[in-house]
Amino acid sequence: MELLSFGDTGWGDELFFATLMTIAVSIAAMAIGFIFASIFTPLKLSKNKTFNVIGNCYTTIIRGVPELLVIYLLFFGGTGAAMYVASIFGYDGYIEINAFITGALAIGIISGAYSTEVFRGAILSIDKGQFEASKVLGIKKYIQFYKIILPQMLRLSIPNLSNVWQITLKDTSLISVTGLVEIMRQSYIAAGSTRDPLFFYSVAAVLYLILTFLSMKLINKLEIKYSKGY
Amino acid sequence: MISIFPSLLSGAVITLQLLVSSMFFGLIIGLIFAILRINKNPIINKFAYGYSYFFRGTPLLVQLYLIYYGLANIEFLRNSFFWVIIKEPYWCAIIAFSLNTGAYTSEILRSAFQTIKKGYIEAAQSLGVTKKITFYRIQLPIAIKQSLPAYGNEIILMLKGTSLASVITIMDLMGEARKVNVLTFKPFEAFITAGIIYLFITFIIHNIIKYLEKKYGFQT
Repeated sequence: MELLSFGDTGWGDELFFATLMTIAVSIAAMAIGFIFASIFTPLKLSKNKTFNVIGNCYTTIIRGVPELLVIYLLFFGGTGAAMYVASIFGYDGYIEINAFITGALAIGIISGAYSTEVFRGAILSIDKGQFEASKVLGIKKYIQFYKIILPQMLRLSIPNLSNVWQITLKDTSLISVTGLVEIMRQSYIAAGSTRDPLFFYSVAAVLYLILTFLSMKLINKLEIKYSKGY
Repeated sequence: MISIFPSLLSGAVITLQLLVSSMFFGLIIGLIFAILRINKNPIINKFAYGYSYFFRGTPLLVQLYLIYYGLANIEFLRNSFFWVIIKEPYWCAIIAFSLNTGAYTSEILRSAFQTIKKGYIEAAQSLGVTKKITFYRIQLPIAIKQSLPAYGNEIILMLKGTSLASVITIMDLMGEARKVNVLTFKPFEAFITAGIIYLFITFIIHNIIKYLEKKYGFQT
Protein backbone atom coordinates (compact mmCIF):
# COMPACT_ATOMS: atom_id res chain seq x y z
CA MET A 1 0.00 0.00 0.00
CA GLU A 2 2.94 2.29 0.63
CA LEU A 3 3.73 2.09 -3.06
CA LEU A 4 0.37 3.64 -3.86
CA SER A 5 0.66 6.64 -1.53
CA PHE A 6 0.42 10.12 -2.96
CA GLY A 7 3.47 12.37 -3.00
CA ASP A 8 7.13 11.73 -3.67
CA THR A 9 7.37 8.28 -2.12
CA GLY A 10 4.44 6.56 -3.81
CA TRP A 11 2.95 6.14 -7.23
CA GLY A 12 -0.61 7.08 -6.27
CA ASP A 13 -0.69 10.53 -7.80
CA GLU A 14 1.14 9.41 -10.94
CA LEU A 15 -1.34 6.60 -11.46
CA PHE A 16 -4.23 8.96 -10.76
CA PHE A 17 -3.10 11.38 -13.46
CA ALA A 18 -2.41 8.47 -15.80
CA THR A 19 -6.01 7.35 -15.29
CA LEU A 20 -7.21 10.83 -16.17
CA MET A 21 -5.04 10.65 -19.29
CA THR A 22 -6.60 7.34 -20.27
CA ILE A 23 -10.06 8.85 -19.88
CA ALA A 24 -9.05 11.94 -21.88
CA VAL A 25 -7.59 9.88 -24.74
CA SER A 26 -10.64 7.62 -24.81
CA ILE A 27 -13.05 10.54 -24.98
CA ALA A 28 -10.97 12.28 -27.66
CA ALA A 29 -10.76 9.04 -29.66
CA MET A 30 -14.50 8.46 -29.33
CA ALA A 31 -15.20 12.02 -30.56
CA ILE A 32 -12.83 11.60 -33.51
CA GLY A 33 -14.53 8.28 -34.20
CA PHE A 34 -17.91 10.01 -34.34
CA ILE A 35 -16.54 12.46 -36.91
CA PHE A 36 -15.31 9.56 -39.05
CA ALA A 37 -18.61 7.72 -38.55
CA SER A 38 -20.65 10.74 -39.60
CA ILE A 39 -18.64 10.87 -42.83
CA PHE A 40 -18.67 7.17 -43.63
CA THR A 41 -22.17 6.13 -42.51
CA PRO A 42 -23.86 8.19 -45.28
CA LEU A 43 -21.33 6.79 -47.77
CA LYS A 44 -22.18 3.23 -46.78
CA LEU A 45 -25.90 3.88 -47.01
CA SER A 46 -25.85 5.87 -50.25
CA LYS A 47 -27.18 4.40 -53.47
CA ASN A 48 -24.04 5.44 -55.35
CA LYS A 49 -21.82 2.40 -55.94
CA THR A 50 -18.51 4.29 -55.70
CA PHE A 51 -19.43 5.83 -52.35
CA ASN A 52 -20.50 2.40 -51.15
CA VAL A 53 -17.13 0.92 -52.04
CA ILE A 54 -15.28 3.73 -50.25
CA GLY A 55 -17.38 3.25 -47.12
CA ASN A 56 -16.99 -0.52 -47.15
CA CYS A 57 -13.23 -0.29 -47.71
CA TYR A 58 -12.85 1.89 -44.64
CA THR A 59 -14.77 -0.37 -42.27
CA THR A 60 -13.42 -3.62 -43.70
CA ILE A 61 -9.77 -2.60 -43.70
CA ILE A 62 -9.79 -0.98 -40.27
CA ARG A 63 -11.66 -3.86 -38.67
CA GLY A 64 -9.42 -6.39 -40.42
CA VAL A 65 -5.98 -5.16 -39.39
CA PRO A 66 -4.57 -5.08 -35.85
CA GLU A 67 -5.04 -1.88 -33.85
CA LEU A 68 -1.33 -1.82 -33.16
CA LEU A 69 -0.64 -1.58 -36.90
CA VAL A 70 -2.75 1.57 -37.25
CA ILE A 71 -0.96 3.12 -34.28
CA TYR A 72 2.51 2.29 -35.61
CA LEU A 73 1.60 3.49 -39.09
CA LEU A 74 0.44 6.85 -37.76
CA PHE A 75 3.23 7.18 -35.23
CA PHE A 76 6.18 6.29 -37.46
CA GLY A 77 4.58 7.22 -40.77
CA GLY A 78 3.04 10.43 -39.45
CA THR A 79 6.40 11.82 -38.40
CA GLY A 80 7.88 11.01 -41.81
CA ALA A 81 4.94 12.48 -43.66
CA ALA A 82 5.01 15.68 -41.58
CA MET A 83 8.75 16.05 -42.17
CA TYR A 84 8.27 15.50 -45.89
CA VAL A 85 5.60 18.18 -46.06
CA ALA A 86 7.79 20.53 -44.00
CA SER A 87 10.78 19.90 -46.28
CA ILE A 88 8.73 21.14 -49.24
CA PHE A 89 8.37 24.39 -47.38
CA GLY A 90 12.09 24.50 -46.64
CA TYR A 91 12.18 23.21 -43.07
CA ASP A 92 14.58 20.32 -42.62
CA GLY A 93 14.60 19.81 -38.86
CA TYR A 94 13.14 16.89 -36.96
CA ILE A 95 9.46 17.12 -36.21
CA GLU A 96 7.87 15.04 -33.52
CA ILE A 97 4.13 14.79 -33.52
CA ASN A 98 2.49 14.84 -30.13
CA ALA A 99 1.84 11.32 -28.84
CA PHE A 100 -1.60 12.32 -27.53
CA ILE A 101 -2.73 13.56 -30.94
CA THR A 102 -1.41 10.56 -32.89
CA GLY A 103 -2.79 8.16 -30.29
CA ALA A 104 -6.23 9.73 -30.18
CA LEU A 105 -6.30 9.90 -33.98
CA ALA A 106 -5.27 6.26 -34.40
CA ILE A 107 -7.79 4.94 -31.86
CA GLY A 108 -10.35 7.38 -33.27
CA ILE A 109 -9.96 5.91 -36.77
CA ILE A 110 -10.51 2.44 -35.30
CA SER A 111 -13.50 3.33 -33.12
CA GLY A 112 -14.91 5.27 -36.09
CA ALA A 113 -15.09 2.06 -38.10
CA TYR A 114 -17.06 0.34 -35.32
CA SER A 115 -19.30 3.38 -34.80
CA THR A 116 -20.03 3.49 -38.54
CA GLU A 117 -21.33 -0.06 -38.39
CA VAL A 118 -23.42 0.74 -35.31
CA PHE A 119 -25.02 3.83 -36.90
CA ARG A 120 -25.64 2.02 -40.15
CA GLY A 121 -27.39 -0.81 -38.30
CA ALA A 122 -29.47 1.69 -36.29
CA ILE A 123 -30.63 3.58 -39.39
CA LEU A 124 -31.47 0.37 -41.20
CA SER A 125 -33.58 -0.80 -38.27
CA ILE A 126 -35.78 2.30 -38.43
CA ASP A 127 -39.11 1.45 -39.97
CA LYS A 128 -39.22 2.21 -43.70
CA GLY A 129 -42.70 3.62 -43.33
CA GLN A 130 -41.27 6.62 -41.50
CA PHE A 131 -39.12 7.59 -44.47
CA GLU A 132 -42.09 7.19 -46.78
CA ALA A 133 -44.47 9.05 -44.47
CA SER A 134 -42.16 12.03 -44.16
CA LYS A 135 -41.76 12.04 -47.94
CA VAL A 136 -45.51 12.03 -48.41
CA LEU A 137 -45.86 14.92 -45.96
CA GLY A 138 -43.38 16.88 -48.09
CA ILE A 139 -40.76 17.19 -45.36
CA LYS A 140 -37.41 18.30 -46.73
CA LYS A 141 -34.62 15.73 -46.70
CA TYR A 142 -32.38 17.42 -44.13
CA ILE A 143 -35.27 18.19 -41.79
CA GLN A 144 -36.33 14.57 -42.13
CA PHE A 145 -32.84 13.53 -41.08
CA TYR A 146 -32.41 15.94 -38.14
CA LYS A 147 -35.91 15.75 -36.72
CA ILE A 148 -36.99 12.19 -37.42
CA ILE A 149 -34.09 9.88 -38.23
CA LEU A 150 -31.25 11.24 -36.07
CA PRO A 151 -33.08 11.15 -32.68
CA GLN A 152 -34.20 7.58 -33.25
CA MET A 153 -30.82 6.53 -34.58
CA LEU A 154 -29.05 7.85 -31.48
CA ARG A 155 -31.46 6.12 -29.13
CA LEU A 156 -31.19 2.81 -30.98
CA SER A 157 -27.41 2.91 -31.06
CA ILE A 158 -26.78 3.53 -27.33
CA PRO A 159 -26.41 -0.17 -26.37
CA ASN A 160 -24.00 -0.91 -29.21
CA LEU A 161 -22.11 2.34 -28.71
CA SER A 162 -21.47 1.24 -25.15
CA ASN A 163 -19.65 -1.78 -26.61
CA VAL A 164 -17.64 0.52 -28.88
CA TRP A 165 -16.75 2.64 -25.86
CA GLN A 166 -15.48 -0.42 -23.98
CA ILE A 167 -13.38 -1.46 -26.97
CA THR A 168 -12.00 2.08 -27.31
CA LEU A 169 -11.17 2.29 -23.62
CA LYS A 170 -9.23 -0.96 -23.79
CA ASP A 171 -7.54 -0.01 -27.07
CA THR A 172 -6.06 3.11 -25.50
CA SER A 173 -3.72 0.82 -23.55
CA LEU A 174 -1.97 0.20 -26.87
CA ILE A 175 -0.98 3.86 -27.17
CA SER A 176 1.49 3.19 -24.36
CA VAL A 177 3.88 1.76 -26.97
CA THR A 178 4.30 5.27 -28.38
CA GLY A 179 5.26 6.69 -25.00
CA LEU A 180 2.11 8.50 -23.96
CA VAL A 181 1.88 8.26 -20.17
CA GLU A 182 -1.49 6.64 -19.54
CA ILE A 183 -2.32 3.80 -17.13
CA MET A 184 -0.36 1.16 -18.99
CA ARG A 185 2.76 3.28 -19.55
CA GLN A 186 2.74 4.56 -15.96
CA SER A 187 2.52 1.02 -14.60
CA TYR A 188 5.35 0.02 -16.92
CA ILE A 189 7.50 2.83 -15.55
CA ALA A 190 6.53 2.09 -11.95
CA ALA A 191 7.09 -1.64 -12.42
CA GLY A 192 10.50 -0.94 -13.92
CA SER A 193 11.71 1.31 -11.14
CA THR A 194 10.30 -0.65 -8.20
CA ARG A 195 10.89 -4.11 -9.71
CA ASP A 196 7.42 -5.13 -8.73
CA PRO A 197 5.60 -5.75 -12.02
CA LEU A 198 3.03 -8.12 -10.52
CA PHE A 199 1.71 -5.45 -8.17
CA PHE A 200 1.63 -2.58 -10.64
CA TYR A 201 0.07 -4.49 -13.51
CA SER A 202 -2.57 -5.79 -11.10
CA VAL A 203 -3.25 -2.18 -10.13
CA ALA A 204 -3.53 -1.32 -13.83
CA ALA A 205 -5.98 -4.18 -14.35
CA VAL A 206 -8.07 -3.00 -11.39
CA LEU A 207 -8.06 0.58 -12.70
CA TYR A 208 -9.32 -0.60 -16.08
CA LEU A 209 -11.98 -2.73 -14.40
CA ILE A 210 -13.14 0.28 -12.38
CA LEU A 211 -13.30 2.40 -15.54
CA THR A 212 -15.29 -0.19 -17.49
CA PHE A 213 -17.59 -0.83 -14.53
CA LEU A 214 -18.34 2.86 -13.94
CA SER A 215 -18.89 3.61 -17.60
CA MET A 216 -21.23 0.65 -17.91
CA LYS A 217 -23.32 1.95 -14.99
CA LEU A 218 -23.41 5.42 -16.55
CA ILE A 219 -24.42 4.17 -19.98
CA ASN A 220 -27.15 1.97 -18.49
CA LYS A 221 -28.61 5.06 -16.84
CA LEU A 222 -28.50 6.91 -20.16
CA GLU A 223 -30.19 4.01 -21.86
CA ILE A 224 -33.03 3.97 -19.33
CA LYS A 225 -33.41 7.72 -19.62
CA TYR A 226 -33.67 7.77 -23.39
CA SER A 227 -35.96 4.78 -23.74
CA LYS A 228 -38.53 6.20 -21.32
CA GLY A 229 -41.06 6.96 -24.03
CA TYR A 230 -40.97 3.42 -25.42
CA MET B 1 9.01 -4.07 -51.25
CA ILE B 2 9.74 -7.56 -52.57
CA SER B 3 12.86 -7.95 -50.46
CA ILE B 4 10.93 -7.54 -47.20
CA PHE B 5 8.32 -10.11 -48.16
CA PRO B 6 10.10 -13.32 -47.02
CA SER B 7 10.79 -12.01 -43.53
CA LEU B 8 7.20 -10.83 -43.16
CA LEU B 9 5.91 -14.21 -44.30
CA SER B 10 8.06 -16.01 -41.74
CA GLY B 11 6.47 -13.71 -39.17
CA ALA B 12 3.02 -14.56 -40.50
CA VAL B 13 3.74 -18.24 -39.81
CA ILE B 14 4.43 -17.42 -36.15
CA THR B 15 1.24 -15.34 -36.04
CA LEU B 16 -0.77 -18.28 -37.37
CA GLN B 17 0.86 -20.65 -34.88
CA LEU B 18 -0.04 -18.33 -32.02
CA LEU B 19 -3.57 -17.97 -33.34
CA VAL B 20 -4.23 -21.69 -33.83
CA SER B 21 -2.82 -22.80 -30.47
CA SER B 22 -4.53 -20.05 -28.48
CA MET B 23 -7.86 -20.68 -30.25
CA PHE B 24 -7.52 -24.39 -29.44
CA PHE B 25 -6.84 -23.87 -25.73
CA GLY B 26 -9.30 -20.98 -25.64
CA LEU B 27 -12.09 -23.17 -26.96
CA ILE B 28 -11.48 -25.74 -24.24
CA ILE B 29 -11.36 -23.07 -21.52
CA GLY B 30 -14.42 -21.37 -23.00
CA LEU B 31 -16.41 -24.57 -23.05
CA ILE B 32 -15.54 -25.39 -19.44
CA PHE B 33 -16.46 -21.92 -18.22
CA ALA B 34 -19.65 -21.82 -20.28
CA ILE B 35 -20.75 -25.04 -18.55
CA LEU B 36 -19.81 -23.52 -15.17
CA ARG B 37 -21.79 -20.39 -16.03
CA ILE B 38 -25.02 -22.29 -16.62
CA ASN B 39 -24.48 -24.26 -13.40
CA LYS B 40 -27.14 -23.54 -10.77
CA ASN B 41 -24.65 -23.39 -7.87
CA PRO B 42 -24.18 -19.65 -7.13
CA ILE B 43 -20.53 -19.98 -6.05
CA ILE B 44 -19.44 -21.81 -9.21
CA ASN B 45 -21.58 -19.45 -11.23
CA LYS B 46 -20.06 -16.32 -9.65
CA PHE B 47 -16.55 -17.69 -10.09
CA ALA B 48 -17.09 -18.25 -13.82
CA TYR B 49 -18.69 -14.81 -14.13
CA GLY B 50 -15.76 -13.20 -12.33
CA TYR B 51 -13.32 -14.87 -14.68
CA SER B 52 -15.07 -13.66 -17.79
CA TYR B 53 -15.64 -10.20 -16.28
CA PHE B 54 -11.95 -9.74 -15.51
CA PHE B 55 -10.68 -10.89 -18.88
CA ARG B 56 -13.28 -8.96 -20.85
CA GLY B 57 -12.96 -5.82 -18.76
CA THR B 58 -9.20 -5.34 -18.93
CA PRO B 59 -7.06 -4.77 -22.02
CA LEU B 60 -5.24 -7.76 -23.47
CA LEU B 61 -1.97 -5.87 -23.05
CA VAL B 62 -2.44 -5.77 -19.25
CA GLN B 63 -3.09 -9.49 -19.16
CA LEU B 64 -0.04 -10.16 -21.29
CA TYR B 65 2.21 -8.01 -19.08
CA LEU B 66 0.75 -9.55 -15.93
CA ILE B 67 1.64 -13.02 -17.14
CA TYR B 68 4.97 -12.21 -18.78
CA TYR B 69 6.43 -9.78 -16.22
CA GLY B 70 4.15 -10.38 -13.25
CA LEU B 71 4.30 -14.14 -12.82
CA ALA B 72 8.10 -14.09 -12.86
CA ASN B 73 7.87 -12.06 -9.66
CA ILE B 74 6.42 -14.90 -7.66
CA GLU B 75 9.26 -16.76 -5.95
CA PHE B 76 7.23 -19.93 -5.63
CA LEU B 77 6.57 -20.14 -9.38
CA ARG B 78 10.18 -19.38 -10.25
CA ASN B 79 11.34 -22.41 -8.34
CA SER B 80 8.67 -24.75 -9.60
CA PHE B 81 8.63 -26.58 -12.88
CA PHE B 82 6.22 -23.97 -14.31
CA TRP B 83 9.21 -21.73 -14.76
CA VAL B 84 10.15 -23.70 -17.87
CA ILE B 85 6.91 -22.53 -19.43
CA ILE B 86 6.57 -18.98 -18.14
CA LYS B 87 10.12 -17.93 -18.88
CA GLU B 88 9.41 -18.28 -22.60
CA PRO B 89 7.63 -15.25 -24.09
CA TYR B 90 6.03 -17.54 -26.66
CA TRP B 91 4.25 -19.63 -24.02
CA CYS B 92 3.31 -16.56 -22.01
CA ALA B 93 1.66 -15.13 -25.10
CA ILE B 94 -0.26 -18.34 -25.69
CA ILE B 95 -1.40 -18.47 -22.03
CA ALA B 96 -2.57 -14.85 -22.12
CA PHE B 97 -4.34 -15.19 -25.47
CA SER B 98 -5.99 -18.48 -24.50
CA LEU B 99 -7.31 -17.09 -21.23
CA ASN B 100 -8.55 -13.96 -23.00
CA THR B 101 -10.29 -15.73 -25.87
CA GLY B 102 -11.57 -18.34 -23.41
CA ALA B 103 -13.48 -15.62 -21.57
CA TYR B 104 -15.10 -14.32 -24.75
CA THR B 105 -15.81 -17.85 -26.01
CA SER B 106 -17.49 -18.78 -22.73
CA GLU B 107 -19.85 -15.80 -23.12
CA ILE B 108 -20.64 -16.76 -26.72
CA LEU B 109 -21.33 -20.39 -25.79
CA ARG B 110 -23.30 -19.46 -22.68
CA SER B 111 -25.70 -17.28 -24.65
CA ALA B 112 -26.00 -20.08 -27.20
CA PHE B 113 -26.84 -22.58 -24.46
CA GLN B 114 -29.43 -20.26 -23.00
CA THR B 115 -31.18 -19.62 -26.29
CA ILE B 116 -31.76 -23.32 -26.93
CA LYS B 117 -35.48 -23.89 -26.89
CA LYS B 118 -36.69 -25.55 -23.69
CA GLY B 119 -38.85 -27.85 -25.80
CA TYR B 120 -35.83 -29.76 -27.08
CA ILE B 121 -34.65 -30.62 -23.59
CA GLU B 122 -38.17 -31.43 -22.40
CA ALA B 123 -38.72 -33.64 -25.42
CA ALA B 124 -35.49 -35.49 -24.66
CA GLN B 125 -36.50 -35.87 -21.01
CA SER B 126 -39.92 -37.21 -21.85
CA LEU B 127 -38.32 -39.73 -24.21
CA GLY B 128 -36.19 -40.94 -21.33
CA VAL B 129 -32.87 -39.73 -22.73
CA THR B 130 -30.30 -39.41 -19.96
CA LYS B 131 -29.00 -35.98 -18.98
CA LYS B 132 -25.51 -36.75 -20.21
CA ILE B 133 -26.63 -37.79 -23.66
CA THR B 134 -29.02 -34.83 -23.87
CA PHE B 135 -26.06 -32.57 -23.25
CA TYR B 136 -23.61 -34.20 -25.65
CA ARG B 137 -26.00 -35.07 -28.47
CA ILE B 138 -28.55 -32.25 -28.32
CA GLN B 139 -27.44 -29.18 -26.38
CA LEU B 140 -23.79 -29.10 -27.42
CA PRO B 141 -24.23 -29.48 -31.19
CA ILE B 142 -27.00 -26.87 -31.27
CA ALA B 143 -24.95 -24.45 -29.16
CA ILE B 144 -21.91 -24.84 -31.41
CA LYS B 145 -23.95 -24.32 -34.57
CA GLN B 146 -25.68 -21.28 -33.15
CA SER B 147 -22.50 -19.63 -32.01
CA LEU B 148 -20.62 -20.00 -35.31
CA PRO B 149 -21.05 -16.40 -36.56
CA ALA B 150 -20.04 -14.87 -33.23
CA TYR B 151 -17.15 -17.29 -32.93
CA GLY B 152 -15.92 -16.29 -36.37
CA ASN B 153 -15.75 -12.70 -35.17
CA GLU B 154 -13.86 -13.85 -32.10
CA ILE B 155 -11.24 -15.61 -34.26
CA ILE B 156 -10.68 -12.40 -36.22
CA LEU B 157 -10.45 -10.36 -33.00
CA MET B 158 -7.89 -12.84 -31.71
CA LEU B 159 -5.89 -12.63 -34.94
CA LYS B 160 -5.63 -8.91 -34.33
CA GLY B 161 -4.82 -9.61 -30.69
CA THR B 162 -1.83 -11.79 -31.57
CA SER B 163 -0.10 -8.67 -32.89
CA LEU B 164 0.47 -7.75 -29.22
CA ALA B 165 2.92 -10.64 -28.96
CA SER B 166 5.41 -8.35 -30.71
CA VAL B 167 5.71 -6.16 -27.60
CA ILE B 168 7.08 -9.09 -25.60
CA THR B 169 9.83 -9.72 -28.16
CA ILE B 170 8.11 -12.40 -30.24
CA MET B 171 8.90 -11.99 -33.93
CA ASP B 172 5.43 -12.47 -35.30
CA LEU B 173 4.13 -10.60 -38.35
CA MET B 174 3.93 -7.36 -36.37
CA GLY B 175 7.39 -7.87 -34.89
CA GLU B 176 8.90 -8.46 -38.33
CA ALA B 177 7.17 -5.34 -39.66
CA ARG B 178 8.64 -3.33 -36.78
CA LYS B 179 12.09 -4.72 -37.51
CA VAL B 180 11.81 -3.82 -41.19
CA ASN B 181 10.72 -0.33 -40.21
CA VAL B 182 13.70 0.11 -37.91
CA LEU B 183 16.19 -1.28 -40.44
CA THR B 184 14.96 0.54 -43.54
CA PHE B 185 13.18 3.63 -42.15
CA LYS B 186 10.31 2.92 -44.49
CA PRO B 187 7.30 2.74 -42.17
CA PHE B 188 4.69 2.86 -44.92
CA GLU B 189 6.08 -0.09 -46.88
CA ALA B 190 6.63 -2.22 -43.80
CA PHE B 191 3.31 -1.62 -42.07
CA ILE B 192 1.12 -1.50 -45.17
CA THR B 193 2.56 -4.79 -46.45
CA ALA B 194 1.96 -6.34 -43.02
CA GLY B 195 -1.56 -4.89 -43.08
CA ILE B 196 -2.26 -6.52 -46.43
CA ILE B 197 -1.10 -9.89 -45.07
CA TYR B 198 -3.33 -9.46 -42.00
CA LEU B 199 -6.27 -8.55 -44.24
CA PHE B 200 -5.61 -11.59 -46.38
CA ILE B 201 -5.67 -13.90 -43.33
CA THR B 202 -8.86 -12.19 -42.09
CA PHE B 203 -10.42 -12.69 -45.51
CA ILE B 204 -9.63 -16.41 -45.50
CA ILE B 205 -10.97 -16.93 -41.96
CA HIS B 206 -14.10 -15.00 -42.85
CA ASN B 207 -14.74 -17.21 -45.86
CA ILE B 208 -14.10 -20.45 -44.00
CA ILE B 209 -16.63 -19.44 -41.35
CA LYS B 210 -19.10 -18.42 -44.03
CA TYR B 211 -18.71 -21.82 -45.68
CA LEU B 212 -19.17 -23.65 -42.36
CA GLU B 213 -22.24 -21.56 -41.60
CA LYS B 214 -23.75 -22.51 -44.91
CA LYS B 215 -22.93 -26.17 -44.47
CA TYR B 216 -23.85 -26.66 -40.82
CA GLY B 217 -25.96 -23.54 -40.32
CA PHE B 218 -28.90 -23.95 -38.01
CA GLN B 219 -32.34 -22.84 -39.02
CA THR B 220 -34.70 -22.06 -36.19
